[in-house]
Amino acid sequence: MINVQNLRKEFGSKVAVNGVTFSVEKGQVLGCLGPNGAGKSTTMRMITGYFRPTSGSISIGGVDMLTDPETAKRSIGYLPENAPLYSDMTVASFLGFCAELRGLTGTAKSKAIDRVLELCFLESVRNQSVDTLSKGYKHRTCFAQSIIHDPDVLILDEPTDGLDPNQKHEVRGLIKRMGQNKAIIFSTHILEEVEAACSRAIIIDRGKVVADGTPDELKKLVPGVNTLDAVFRAITKTEG
Amino acid sequence: MNKAIPNIKAVFKREFFAYFNSPVAYVIVVIFLLATMGFAFLFGDFLRTNNASLTQSFFFWHPWIYIVIAPAVGMRLWSEEQRLGTLELLITMPISPWHAIIGKYLAAAVVWFVALCLTGTIVGTVFYLGDPDPGPIITGYIASYCYALACLAVTSAASAFTRNQVVCFIVSVALCLLLTLIGYPPVVDSILKSLPTWGEGLVKAIAYTSFMDHFYDMTKGIISIRDLVYFASVITIGLIITDQAIRSKRA
Ligand SMILES: Nc1ncnc2c1ncn2[C@@H]1O[C@H](COP(=O)(O)OP(=O)(O)OP(=O)(O)O)[C@@H](O)[C@H]1O
Ligand SMILES: [Mg+2]
Repeated sequence: MINVQNLRKEFGSKVAVNGVTFSVEKGQVLGCLGPNGAGKSTTMRMITGYFRPTSGSISIGGVDMLTDPETAKRSIGYLPENAPLYSDMTVASFLGFCAELRGLTGTAKSKAIDRVLELCFLESVRNQSVDTLSKGYKHRTCFAQSIIHDPDVLILDEPTDGLDPNQKHEVRGLIKRMGQNKAIIFSTHILEEVEAACSRAIIIDRGKVVADGTPDELKKLVPGVNTLDAVFRAITKTEG
Repeated sequence: MNKAIPNIKAVFKREFFAYFNSPVAYVIVVIFLLATMGFAFLFGDFLRTNNASLTQSFFFWHPWIYIVIAPAVGMRLWSEEQRLGTLELLITMPISPWHAIIGKYLAAAVVWFVALCLTGTIVGTVFYLGDPDPGPIITGYIASYCYALACLAVTSAASAFTRNQVVCFIVSVALCLLLTLIGYPPVVDSILKSLPTWGEGLVKAIAYTSFMDHFYDMTKGIISIRDLVYFASVITIGLIITDQAIRSKRA
């Protein structure tokens, strides 16, 4: 479903993403790990069509993101980092707006809103202004937006950021369940999440994929250690 | 292409209600009404002019009011989107950036339309006090609206460059003022006087690119295709610059 070849992104003279290649099929959940500033968000922004890559190719369900972005974006749901929202809207009207941009109208739209409100436990704040929500609720509202059209591809940038332990657990479960018939990429700094929800994980460091495999395979990468945490630190340790 | 209308409509609806969900739109509309009335009655000798033609006393002040107030309406268009980070959300939706640009611009344009319609009371006064020629009033309104739309297009372009509304406001006011002054007859005349004759063509050519030049023609009661095409081009250029600025953010 998601096919990324040799993706490269430069900001001025700075190379943020340097030759990233991977693919994710339907039924797979890919965890995306890496230290701060590694290029995870930049990679996701390119896959979702926000940033234009300096070079490389992206195809979503066989549709090229660079030549036919409007079609490619249709099958993607995206939760950007920091979960941006229109602060002057209510939760329901925000979701309604996103549904309309996804081509849902009338009863299909209100059904979709009800469905994601329930999935993301947002019914109690349905008519509350987004501005006055707590951080976790804001995050879930933006997450709800990403699944409103039941997309084949989900790109989630730190979906559990700011959630309480109960909600983290729920969202992980949701990702795992949805992963059975979708292609999902999500980034996280919580390594146990990878084991809980991912079928595969990549570690990105300084713009490059430095490890790629199932969580169990990753654990065996570095001899002498047996937790993902220790492997992560051994692989991404900064030189000098 | 078949998606364009619903997409533009969705963006328009959101943006339009955003204006009226915040106090900004109300404040601006009220200030606009007070300013147009105030200038017309206080400085325009509105009640003493014998010909109750609105063009001198009423429409005369509109460009100057727009220079300040149109940027206040338009500054949130793309700056706010960048500040909140929702630009990323909007751009990754399956719509063309043009749908968003047009939808948002239309929302601001309709806010102005509402504000301008509310000045209708002054027209009522004129009809009550005298027996005016409706021609110049209609063309005056068209000219005035064109002027507001041109200032809004400038603001839309400026707002795409910055996430800071204050910066956008100041830059837009400066640009609108510039585009007004280079065609403002007293300014143009004084420059013409101080320049040797060879400069005349150049000054006239520059003046021709001004909003003011075309506004004056229209308030005189003549709507020429040329002036309408001019304002349409200003709007188009403003929106194209908006698109380019958003593109450059993503490049
Ligand atoms: N718009 C931009 N202009 C210039 N540099 C940028 C821009 N966006 C990102 N970068 C740089 O690209 C690099 C990768 O950033 P990115 O946001 O992808 O990191 P990340 O892996 O998501 O980190 P984190 O875990 O902190 O979210 C960083 O060094 C960052 O400074
Ligand atoms: Mg990030």
